[in-house]
Amino acid sequence: MRHLLSAADLTGEQIGSILNTAEEMHQLQGRAIKKLPTLRGRTVVNMFFEDSTRTRTSFEMAGKWMSADTINVAAKGSSVSKGESMRDTMLTLDAMGVDCFVIRHPSSGAVAQAAGWVRAHVVNAGDGTHEHPTQALLDAFAIRRHFRQLGTEGWVGKKIAIVGDLLHSRVVRSNVLLQRTLGSEVILVAPPTLLPTGVEEWGCQVTHDLDSVLAEVDVVMMLRVQRERMQGGFFPSAREYTEFYGLTPERLNRLKDGAAICHPGPMNRGLEISSAAADASRSLILDQVTAGVSVRMSVLYHLLGGDDSQGATR
Amino acid sequence: MTIPPPHTSAPPPSPRVVWDADQIGRAITRMAHQILESCGGADELILLGIPTRGVLLAQRLSAAMRAAEGAEVAVGELDITMYRDDLRHQPTRAVGRTLIPRPIDDQIVVLVDDVLHSGRTIASAIDALRDLGRPRIVQLAVLVDRGQRQLPIQPDHVGRFLPTSQGEWINLRMAEIDGFDAATIVTTGEV
Repeated sequence: MRHLLSAADLTGEQIGSILNTAEEMHQLQGRAIKKLPTLRGRTVVNMFFEDSTRTRTSFEMAGKWMSADTINVAAKGSSVSKGESMRDTMLTLDAMGVDCFVIRHPSSGAVAQAAGWVRAHVVNAGDGTHEHPTQALLDAFAIRRHFRQLGTEGWVGKKIAIVGDLLHSRVVRSNVLLQRTLGSEVILVAPPTLLPTGVEEWGCQVTHDLDSVLAEVDVVMMLRVQRERMQGGFFPSAREYTEFYGLTPERLNRLKDGAAICHPGPMNRGLEISSAAADASRSLILDQVTAGVSVRMSVLYHLLGGDDSQGATR
Repeated sequence: MTIPPPHTSAPPPSPRVVWDADQIGRAITRMAHQILESCGGADELILLGIPTRGVLLAQRLSAAMRAAEGAEVAVGELDITMYRDDLRHQPTRAVGRTLIPRPIDDQIVVLVDDVLHSGRTIASAIDALRDLGRPRIVQLAVLVDRGQRQLPIQPDHVGRFLPTSQGEWINLRMAEIDGFDAATIVTTGEV
């Protein structure tokens, strides 16, 4: 694999390989010595042009646990704040011998563009409202573990509802693309004002009525209401949003047996998800965070773990 | 864990078969006795097979120990892909399964592999063990030692020494995967 830019780039076989390897990486969490020598001598640069806690930290831990040298470059405090273009910053780091860039950027498409500038591998850690492929992979990982614990295997026929602020979400697009490859059915649930343009072409069932689908889904994935990206009124009031689209304690009780709750975080407790739902035993929210490190280790391994003569190494 | 019968069908006739199913079966039984004797019983013993055939061999050794002395010996799997020293020289390899039956601290770990050649796999396995804990003793059991070592690694328990020359390979078949037990010598260019 040269880059990971979009969940659509991954075949079913590649997804399986990433998830299976992540399963092995997951064992590391229980060990006293959380270290593998696999990526010794590789340098991974995390370039985050947008705030992040879990994604940046988990990429850094993933790199470090595999013995790669990881460096964090934030837009603030780098030459970017002096007016250097993103391209020049990346070319500078690329010239220093970086093996992999992990990039988050507020503009959709910026990461894919950056991949064309450099010799190193590039991982999309979230670009604008476009994609966040490693999030979709870790969601798939946590969901697969959940179903396996229940003694079921396979994705085909599983129904996943993705609920909330789809307009500003990059998680939803990556999840729709990944889950389509895996063969599960995605139902999108949002108020009309928070649906992205062209959503009818995604090939998913779209509804404005959460209660009509709640009882039939195997996974309900609540998305954060991204107030920092909202200019203008997308819904009348927070209370009304919760009333129609929040996973309230009352809705929690109507989920079917074995159904799981996901949220990519950070959560607005009391807005899109109640504490009762977030902390329920069927909630995978902390499992998703744990999965994040394992899945990102696996992604770095798939990009950097083998012969590089086709890609980065000079 | 169910162990399939050691040999279910006869190997196809071939002049290059150097070791047949009966001989392999006897070697495994002998190795099982040797390991139990040198480790002073089964209590602290853990057999860690290196995938793929090393795991099968570890399971057979454990079955032989049970049959011989009623000893219940723990069997695990140790994948060394992420510890290889040649990762950068090949396309990305699929990572296998690692399954450690119980903590290895202060235990006697016997690494089990099918064919010992350069010694690089075993060196990687020792590196992997260091990250898993601190066994009291680590030993090495192999079914075939074909010589040509590239690192200072020597086995403690050997089924058979089959010296090979440059360009020759040992092809070990095991019933669980291949349908029959046999060791054949293959020259480069053949399968």
